[in-house]
Amino acid sequence: MDNNIEKRLQSLRDRLAYLLDIFPGKHRSSAALLEEKLADFTAYAGSDALEDSYADLANLEDLFAYVERHLENEISPMDKVRIVRHPQRICLRDILENVYDNFTEVGGQDEHSLDPSMLIARAIVTRRRGKKAYTQSVMVIGQEKGHGAEFRNGGSVKPWGNAKALQYMSVAETEGIPVHCYIFTPGSYPVEDYPGAGQQIARNIYYMAGLRVPVVAIISEGGSGGAEAIGLADKRLMLSHGYYSVISPEGAAAIEGDLKTGARATSELIEHCANNLKITAQDNLKFGYIDRIIQEPPLGARPWHYDFYRSLRQEVLRATDEVVISTRNIPIFRGIALSRHRSPDADLDNLHIRWGIPATAKTRLVLRRQQKFLRFSRQAARDRRPFLTKQVVAFYDWISKPWISFKYDFYRKHQRQLKTIIEEIHNEWEMLKYRLLSPWRKLTKKLSGRTDSKAKELTALSTWAGDARRRKWNYISPRYKIDRTITCPNSDSYGCLDLWGPDLFAEFAGVCSHCGYHFPMEPEWYVKNVFDAGSTFEFNSEIEAGNPLDFPGFSERIDKDQAKTGAKSGCMTFEARIDNIKMVVVMLMGTFRGGSVGAAEGYKFVEAAARAQKQRMPLLSYVHGTAGIRIQEGTHGVIQMPRCTVAVRRYIESGGLYMVLYDTNSFAGPVASFLGCSPYQFAVRSSNIGFAGPGVIKETTGTDIPPKYHRSYRALSRGHIQAIWDRRQIRANLKQALLTIGGRNLYYR
Amino acid sequence: MINISQLLDEIKSSPYNEIVISTPHTGKITFADIKEGDCVLGPQGIWKHQPGTQLATLERERNFKPIFAPDKGEISLVHKKLEGLFAEAGTELVVLRHMLTRDEVQRMILQKALHLFRAPERAKYYFTPEADKKIRASETRTMTVRNGMELFIMSRMKREVPLHYSGPEGVIYEIYFKYNANLEIGAPLIGVCSPAHLPVIQDMIARVQTEWFEKTE
Repeated sequence: MDNNIEKRLQSLRDRLAYLLDIFPGKHRSSAALLEEKLADFTAYAGSDALEDSYADLANLEDLFAYVERHLENEISPMDKVRIVRHPQRICLRDILENVYDNFTEVGGQDEHSLDPSMLIARAIVTRRRGKKAYTQSVMVIGQEKGHGAEFRNGGSVKPWGNAKALQYMSVAETEGIPVHCYIFTPGSYPVEDYPGAGQQIARNIYYMAGLRVPVVAIISEGGSGGAEAIGLADKRLMLSHGYYSVISPEGAAAIEGDLKTGARATSELIEHCANNLKITAQDNLKFGYIDRIIQEPPLGARPWHYDFYRSLRQEVLRATDEVVISTRNIPIFRGIALSRHRSPDADLDNLHIRWGIPATAKTRLVLRRQQKFLRFSRQAARDRRPFLTKQVVAFYDWISKPWISFKYDFYRKHQRQLKTIIEEIHNEWEMLKYRLLSPWRKLTKKLSGRTDSKAKELTALSTWAGDARRRKWNYISPRYKIDRTITCPNSDSYGCLDLWGPDLFAEFAGVCSHCGYHFPMEPEWYVKNVFDAGSTFEFNSEIEAGNPLDFPGFSERIDKDQAKTGAKSGCMTFEARIDNIKMVVVMLMGTFRGGSVGAAEGYKFVEAAARAQKQRMPLLSYVHGTAGIRIQEGTHGVIQMPRCTVAVRRYIESGGLYMVLYDTNSFAGPVASFLGCSPYQFAVRSSNIGFAGPGVIKETTGTDIPPKYHRSYRALSRGHIQAIWDRRQIRANLKQALLTIGGRNLYYR
Repeated sequence: MINISQLLDEIKSSPYNEIVISTPHTGKITFADIKEGDCVLGPQGIWKHQPGTQLATLERERNFKPIFAPDKGEISLVHKKLEGLFAEAGTELVVLRHMLTRDEVQRMILQKALHLFRAPERAKYYFTPEADKKIRASETRTMTVRNGMELFIMSRMKREVPLHYSGPEGVIYEIYFKYNANLEIGAPLIGVCSPAHLPVIQDMIARVQTEWFEKTE
């Protein structure tokens, strides 16, 4: 048997092994047929009993191709999960070598890298127009699975790997070259070491929401947070055998089956979750979260599918060109160029478009990207506002725009200049008055027998009139009726005495009077006690959480929670005042499905941010508790991460003050996006903040984590949050923060 | 001079620590499913974050508080007659026999046989460079210390103060501290024994290692 045959046989053996791996326990007859034929051929070829071994081998290869094509039609979503995780799957280095014309790795080399699972390269593409060749540069960023190499960690990027990606995105921005993001990750590596998994993802998303170069993302394995860290792109393409999901099917099954740490979900349950989470490329295209599907060869692309690289190259070039063209100002040129590029016969290698774009076009590019994300997933939330209300809101929005623009953009701007001049004159006048009157003041000081107020202050009893010391609460938790004592969880370490329930939940505001441990309180407690009495005005309460994926049995669970809490979604948005300082508040309520964020909650957040932006009010996210993204909504949920972050970025860039206050438990997606991106984040005592819970960390990293790993004090030491507040002081602290960070008019630019 | 054999025999005759578990406060007692002779576990896990076996529940003002075993051992006595009764604070509930391990016995004997020089305050401790060099270079248990000898450097917030050894002359048998770790006040730094006692102590340690059988469940 000559070497050539041996090589091709080895390739067939690999294909067979691949087929067996991705269909465990399924399609046994097809696999057995291939196995048998392959064994026969090997036996004959080994004994040189074949007349024309090349022809027979070609027949065998045809048979393999035929079976693969046949099985292609029977791929289930879980099979796709197995395909993208298979070591034979194409990985980023294959793409760099075959899709781009040349490249230099800049983010480290193999295992000698800050994080080997994040690969960064400067690549070039050569294209020609007529006889002239043009070289275009691009920054390629993506997770590298390295065909199962151990040190690549399966494409699970550590926080510092994402930080590296962010660094090179800003390099690309400086150089004005497009960014191509290749998403090959099952999810981010959930450690809280600096900069913190969630915190870094939030930074990445926030930065990408305003990245002033074209960004194209190509998704093969898009696992929630890890995917979003480099996924906020102008064009999102997806490989036909990839998946894009809020959570791995195994993780979803563990949550659905309510499994304890370490227990494994049954394969039926995993399969069931994979089917219902709608994770495939076709599903995501239908939802509109990706722009195009790149067709792969039967059973998924492997490194030897050279035709696939060619079509990938065409699609990536087309996507980049389209992004660049769509920033053009003159519609007719834009239309002509776009139609030329979109034609399926177009050979993108022989079309050349400059990828560098002027500053004004960059602004349009960012705006388009932001608008694209803001439009996502509206249909997935149930908007129960009456038709008339919607029309009135839209109309009011329309007529108030010119007035708001006059008030804030014109009047305020000039008013400030005028005020500055008046203030200057006033200052000078005061100084002059002071000097002129100083002889008179000296005289009166000697004559008067006024008592020293300082002495009185020091000797007399202080009063309790101060706002922070109000002894009565506007709202008392209904648990104050509890007729028992309660033990503080810290009693072992601090020796706290038992607390009498009615005292604890009424007067003490749920705070242990010995160690200061904060027992969780109801969301209403904050609404009524933090803000001025009667100042809250809820809006958009009719936007309801739904079941956009028709996840089996989920509608009933939503209905049950709605009946239990009286809220329609896990997010309440309202306007409120603290000592007459108006603000817009978004409250994620831990009582409604664990405070998880789905399409409805995201919708309400985006609307609230827009409202705050329009009315020039500070925006406060009060997180009573959030368990993460609502997994039963699949990608409708995970898309809220970039979407809400875009809303935050637009708000902050327009000059707003965005603050976040964490309470009880805040984890996963929201912390890793629209909460974590805030420059001013605070926490209430005894709260936990993190990316993944202890069970998930144990399962993914295999290491135990110490108790109190997620405590807010750790987040404070790590630099995630800025301060920890006592619950009873929230009102006073908020007011102070608003006045000191927000300035006099609270809209600081 | 202590009598090693006598000490060892004493420990052997009662090879356990008796831990008495009593009520932390008043309340109604409900015992968990335990009986005399049961083996219970102490806190588990790397950080001892998983509580030990539950022994009883104490209820006061409808607040049910579990009482856990503080250490591994065998239950030698359960005051079952208290079941369902209201008890005062400090009422004895369960007596636990914690079987001593080889290391614990060794530590007990060494604490008695050696002169322990203790940390005078909370700080980090180092040997002086000369002493350090000697300890590193020479064989173990040959470094002699005498009263008033400058032996340690006590470092607090990077301010370093020399510390003099005080106590009987002898060789350093055991070093109880690590460099760069803070020591609490009163924690032993070194154990010193006179050169004459050295073979006796070594013999004793050998005997503990060979003769002490750990009871394993």
